[in-house]
Amino acid sequence: MPAIETHSLRKVYVPNVVAVDALDLTVEEGELFGMLGPNGAGKTTTIGILTTRVRVSGGEAIVAGANVVTEAPAVRRRIGVVPQRPNPDRGLNTIENLVFHASYFGVPHGVAVKRANELLDRLGLADKRDAKVGELSGGQQQRLMIARALTHDPRILFLDEPTVGLDPQARLGLWEILRELHGQGRTIVMTTHYMEEADQLCDRLAIIDHGKLLALDTPSRLKAQAPGDTLVEVTFDGEAGPVVDAARALDGVSNAEGRGPLLRVFSRRGGQIIPALIDAGEARGLTVRDIHLSRPSLETLFISLTGRKLA
Amino acid sequence: MTGDHVPPSRVFGAILMRDITVARRELPFFLLRTTLQPLLFVLIFGFVLPKMGMIPRQYTATVLPGVLALSLTLSAVQSVCLPMVQDFGVTNEIEDRLLAPAPIELVAVEKVVAGTLQGVIAALVVLPLARVIMGPIPGLSFGNAGLLAVVTILSGAAFAAIGLFLGTAIPPQHIGLMFSAILGPMIMFGCTYYPWAGLQVVPAMKYLVLINPLVYVSEGMRAALTPSMPHMNTWVMLAALVATTVLFLVLGLRAFDKRAMK
Repeated sequence: MPAIETHSLRKVYVPNVVAVDALDLTVEEGELFGMLGPNGAGKTTTIGILTTRVRVSGGEAIVAGANVVTEAPAVRRRIGVVPQRPNPDRGLNTIENLVFHASYFGVPHGVAVKRANELLDRLGLADKRDAKVGELSGGQQQRLMIARALTHDPRILFLDEPTVGLDPQARLGLWEILRELHGQGRTIVMTTHYMEEADQLCDRLAIIDHGKLLALDTPSRLKAQAPGDTLVEVTFDGEAGPVVDAARALDGVSNAEGRGPLLRVFSRRGGQIIPALIDAGEARGLTVRDIHLSRPSLETLFISLTGRKLA
Repeated sequence: MTGDHVPPSRVFGAILMRDITVARRELPFFLLRTTLQPLLFVLIFGFVLPKMGMIPRQYTATVLPGVLALSLTLSAVQSVCLPMVQDFGVTNEIEDRLLAPAPIELVAVEKVVAGTLQGVIAALVVLPLARVIMGPIPGLSFGNAGLLAVVTILSGAAFAAIGLFLGTAIPPQHIGLMFSAILGPMIMFGCTYYPWAGLQVVPAMKYLVLINPLVYVSEGMRAALTPSMPHMNTWVMLAALVATTVLFLVLGLRAFDKRAMK
């Protein structure tokens, strides 16, 4: 049985914003599954639905063998959730946050205390055991949220943008923790808008935009799907539209599009087409402000699928 | 993995323990917030003014049930309303309880139970202090202990349910307004400082104040503590308190659901 299955999942916010649109996903047991997309793509809403915290408008979602609508308490029993922004219980100190959370899940007190101490050790919070949560740094609060999500030993761990707002060192630390949890066979579902994070951590990736699934595969196969071309981005001092046709006509160009002053060209000849692009612009009275080259990557695949950048 | 099914009663107990733990730490601040004003009122109107001879001694028999009603209801309302506003607000702290493996309404019902308890505690603190400040009170009797317990618990529940409704239905930025625009008039027209029967001097007011649930708490306290003084029919008072509890529990749960599930 897969860990997560959704069929034609749909979420419409009042009055008429479609956040998730006909989403079909399957996440296998033990997978580290990533959802990649820009802000507002519907990732957080999808996590909200899968964790029973957002009402479903249509379709169906089965998480850890239970229906998120009709069997919500059973789903909640089997999942752990790390929110986008840490929301520790401020009335309680660090270890109490874990012990009380475990008690909501029926974990006996002795087991909860033992587990809480182990988790604090493992997540480098042992010296903050009795600290007020307000005294923890952002990274420490984030780790406390991970510890809290694990106190009741869930089958599936959900993390919504877990590394946003963390400094680079804390981010790498968090990657280590996620790899370790993954190594123990736990199913992990995370959202991110960092390409590198998705690429490095995830077994499989779903690329989502405007609530729709655009691509779903392993990072390496997704990269192989990326237009096998270099992405050349030229910024002009005026609308790039008039240059698009000329760019498309160039030898070695597979596709070109204009977005305001930005001209995006997928080139099979790498940067060799740049002089021709500059000439094409100047012939139309445009001067080049900036030029940027990207090798085939998840990022260029994403741009070719959605027409926009991630972050 | 620990057992898969967790009985809702166990989840409820765990969340209640959490609230009791937090409330115990804040007890002094809680009591200061909810009992200081009523006790100051007792000091001036139940001790100083009667001593000056500006108010007859018997007024203490009117004041005692009134201030009890006031401290009980104010603490029950506030101990549900304020945490709701905060928990659903910026900090979103309530999320960890909404992820507990039980129906989410349980979280709201638990808050109402915790609020009822805090109301009862406030009343238990104010009663002896008020008695000490005011000295002997004509007509005071503890012969109706059973009725006193029922009125106290029912009133706590009614106002905790009102707190649930206010805390979830009113936008957080208007919560200050709630205190001045709703609680202020409610206190003045709540028959706390005068008996309901006395309002026959202004008949329109006598019947208008009946929409105010605090009236039934004050009159209930009178029926229980000073039964020889004029007070509202006990059954009418109890029925009104039950109706208030049910009405605001239903409205409160609906508003809570709306806030909790996007």
